[in-house]
Amino acid sequence: MILFVILVPLVLGASAFAWPDNRTRPVLLLVGSALHVVGIVSLWTHPEAPVMNGYLFLDAAGKVVVSTSSVLFLASAIYAQGYLRHRSDRDNRVFVGGLLILLAAMTTVGMAQHLGVLWVAIEITTLATAPLIYFNHNAQSLEAAWKYLLVSSLGIALALLGTFFLALSGAGPDGPRSLMLDDLIRAGPQLSRPWVRAAFVFLLVGYGTKMGLAPLHSWKPDAYGEAPGLLGALLAGGITNFAFLSVVRVLQVTSAAGEGAFARDALLGLGLLSMALAAVFMAGQRDFKRMLAYSSVEHMGILAVALGLGGAAVTGAFYHVLNNGLSKGVMFLAAGNIHRAYGSKRTDQVRGAARRLPISGPLFLAGFLAVTGTPPFGPFWSEFMILNGAIGTGRPVVAALFLLFLAVIFIGMGATVLHVVQGSDEGAPGNPGFKDSWLTAGPPLVLMLAVLALGIWLPSGLMGLFSAAARLVTGT
Amino acid sequence: MGAWTDMAFILVVVLDLFLLASSRLGAAIRAVALQGALLSLLALLLTSSGHSLGHMLVVAGGAFFIKAILIPWLMFRAIREMAIRREMEPLVGYVPSMILGGVGVVLSFAFSRGLPLPTHEMHPFLVPTALATVWTGLLLVVSRRKAVTQVLGFLVLENGVFVFGLLLTDFMPVMVEAGVLLDLLAAVFVMGIVMFQINREFASLDTDALSSLKD
Amino acid sequence: MILRALFQIGLLLLLPPLLLGVVNRVKAIVAGREGPPLLQLYLDLWKLLHKGAVYSRTTTWVFRAGPAVGLAAIATAGTMLPVAGQPAIFSFAGDFVLFAYLLALARFATALAALDTGSSFEGMGAAREVSFASMAEPALFLVLVVMARATGSLSLSGMLGPALAPAWRAAAPALLLSAIALFVVALAENSRIPVDDPNTHLELTMIHEVMVLDHSGPDLAFILYGASLKLFLFAALFVRLVADVGVAGIWAAEGVFVVEVIGFALLVGLVESGMARLRLTRVPQMLVGASLLSVFALVLLLR
Repeated sequence: MILFVILVPLVLGASAFAWPDNRTRPVLLLVGSALHVVGIVSLWTHPEAPVMNGYLFLDAAGKVVVSTSSVLFLASAIYAQGYLRHRSDRDNRVFVGGLLILLAAMTTVGMAQHLGVLWVAIEITTLATAPLIYFNHNAQSLEAAWKYLLVSSLGIALALLGTFFLALSGAGPDGPRSLMLDDLIRAGPQLSRPWVRAAFVFLLVGYGTKMGLAPLHSWKPDAYGEAPGLLGALLAGGITNFAFLSVVRVLQVTSAAGEGAFARDALLGLGLLSMALAAVFMAGQRDFKRMLAYSSVEHMGILAVALGLGGAAVTGAFYHVLNNGLSKGVMFLAAGNIHRAYGSKRTDQVRGAARRLPISGPLFLAGFLAVTGTPPFGPFWSEFMILNGAIGTGRPVVAALFLLFLAVIFIGMGATVLHVVQGSDEGAPGNPGFKDSWLTAGPPLVLMLAVLALGIWLPSGLMGLFSAAARLVTGT
Repeated sequence: MGAWTDMAFILVVVLDLFLLASSRLGAAIRAVALQGALLSLLALLLTSSGHSLGHMLVVAGGAFFIKAILIPWLMFRAIREMAIRREMEPLVGYVPSMILGGVGVVLSFAFSRGLPLPTHEMHPFLVPTALATVWTGLLLVVSRRKAVTQVLGFLVLENGVFVFGLLLTDFMPVMVEAGVLLDLLAAVFVMGIVMFQINREFASLDTDALSSLKD
Repeated sequence: MILRALFQIGLLLLLPPLLLGVVNRVKAIVAGREGPPLLQLYLDLWKLLHKGAVYSRTTTWVFRAGPAVGLAAIATAGTMLPVAGQPAIFSFAGDFVLFAYLLALARFATALAALDTGSSFEGMGAAREVSFASMAEPALFLVLVVMARATGSLSLSGMLGPALAPAWRAAAPALLLSAIALFVVALAENSRIPVDDPNTHLELTMIHEVMVLDHSGPDLAFILYGASLKLFLFAALFVRLVADVGVAGIWAAEGVFVVEVIGFALLVGLVESGMARLRLTRVPQMLVGASLLSVFALVLLLR
């Protein structure tokens, strides 16, 4: 089943390139996504042993991230049916094929227990998504695609160097001499500490670039701003989560080797920096899709802070992965609808979205509330857990900064969102042919309801999963 | 054999410095191709035990084909199609770039003495050369304006990572190097496609034109 | 011994013009011409020494002293250069610094004389020459430092003496890199292509030539002779560093030295024929590159 979940999207993606009909090609997305969800559900109910010499295995941390992305991908696939029908003037061969390959690659990242396989899969996610950013075929999206490709490739090359350092740290005569996660963790104290430390730096820079942590986030506003909303949802709610998972794997090894304190401090610093930067740049943002990109930077910062705090905050981090994935899905899909309806992303041109798009407009507002951590939505609880962790581990300054940045972001983002959603849409530019339909407004609505439900009632099974995932990291 | 290996490593670093100074794209591409060829040669020279010689031949052959033949050919086609031959004055000027590169070389040699190798040392120049080449690649990507030179910088960075990967050939020979080569090929392929599009859209490969998106 | 010392002084005094003749002849042959006779510079010097000098009314004693000071400085520098493996006439710890600065003094005197004419034309040439020299000097010093570190001696005679062979065995790559850097510096200091074209007389392209434009008669003879002597000094330095052939017998060693120096002139001629002059903005890059090669060589030695 593990192989099924990876190979099915891959095969469907390859066949998408060969599929001749532009109008029916998006169905492949739906088929691939549905089969993927079925596979993941089956892996929940019937857990499998590691396959392929232990290279692939779905452990607790991987389960959280892969399941989130599977649900998000399903919602996006349904959305894509409506979206691609609306954009039927464009050839969607690369788009559909690329998305399916992305799904396969992301799943591989989630299941990888070998750091080399992890790296290859992350590389493939970059290469698969770069052409997709260029879907709109204009100068800005080309610029965004180039910056994304170059910066991500740079980061991944540095991550490869870090992986080599890690392999070298275990290359001594009594070392594990392997890149398998379990081997490295078990042989933790025997790893050469200077090399582990150097490895962590490079791996944090490399995978942090993919996550979009400051100061390595420069590609995010451009890429998320120019990509179609659907792709933005998968980038912000999918790939960044998998990059986070990669950092988690690295942290597991680094902690086992005794360099955990250094690693956590670095993560804490970068996390707080990301939140601060997001807070600064969110204010007065003139493009609501770029605003969402900075929101993504902020949430990756929150995840990094949680990892850096350790202890109970890490459970909150995994809970936040689920919340962030789903709520980013809502925001980007709704933003995509608003963009289509107005033909513009600029906040000085778009207003009154609640009137023109009776579902997507309010969803954008509700999503904003969720994303900034307003109760009773899910993210409130996960951020609360992280805050609790900060105070619990005796770091009041971190807690205070955390709250401060969240507050500033709420104000900054709120001004933009309220301006876009409220008011009258008289005189705003527009695309009268685009209205909310079940295919384009349904998925974000369902995702929003899920975010709300997670906030009101969290199944104990899920909480158990988050705790299990956190135990992998903290080692307790 | 030892002297040839020494000279190969030194030549890799000299090529790094040359790349930082060069403004002619054709010369730069040839230098990167030569560096790739040197690296495949080094892969062969550094093989210690006999049984992995078969693997190393494959890796060295693959590295030579991809780094010294295929990718330079793609790059030459790119610059011929776009009719560009010279880099423009980069963000960090040539002389400061060279000096920064020189500083990088010095620091690489200094740092590599502080990092003791857990395995037996294959060659004392290996780690410093790898680090210096990675540093050069980073400098090139960050400071140059033309997209082609940025891609060349990425290639140089990968060369540095490849050199480092040679250290691991004892216990994970093929996977490591195959990963690097795969990454290189795929990345350059996709970058090439994007570059063609950039040239079509902007009628130039000057990345100054790619600066309309900002806050 | 005395005979040998006299022979070396004689070599120092009489051989240099032949080098320039070789260079010019090689350039001509490669270009497909017949070229001037090898002994042309001797004949030129003889002619100039018998002519009278013309001095502009705007010049002062500085102009008259320039060529003489220049020649004296270069000749003194020559006494510190070991030849054919034998110690130099004067040698002491740190004499390589004095060597470099005597060459700088000669250039300074020439530049001052050029400025003394009060013409902006010469001033431009002096400015260019001096700015290139300011970049060539660190390169030269770095080469000498590499040689000092490799051989463990602080004197030119020690560096190029018996300690050189073991140094080559121990650190061949470093010395090879610094030899390349030395060659580049030699081209720069002697105003050869690719730094400066000695045959050009176009306003925009002259660097060294324009500084000496106003001299005539014996002054010009001193200047031309000084230039050839400087080339000879660098030739001796380079061939000694690179081609340290251990030949038994004193006179055989001297003979080998003469042949090697002429070989150096041949090499310079070939390089000049093969390259074009660099754009002025590229010359600093070339010199910084030479410095970096020496820095790299030093790093390899210090490792």
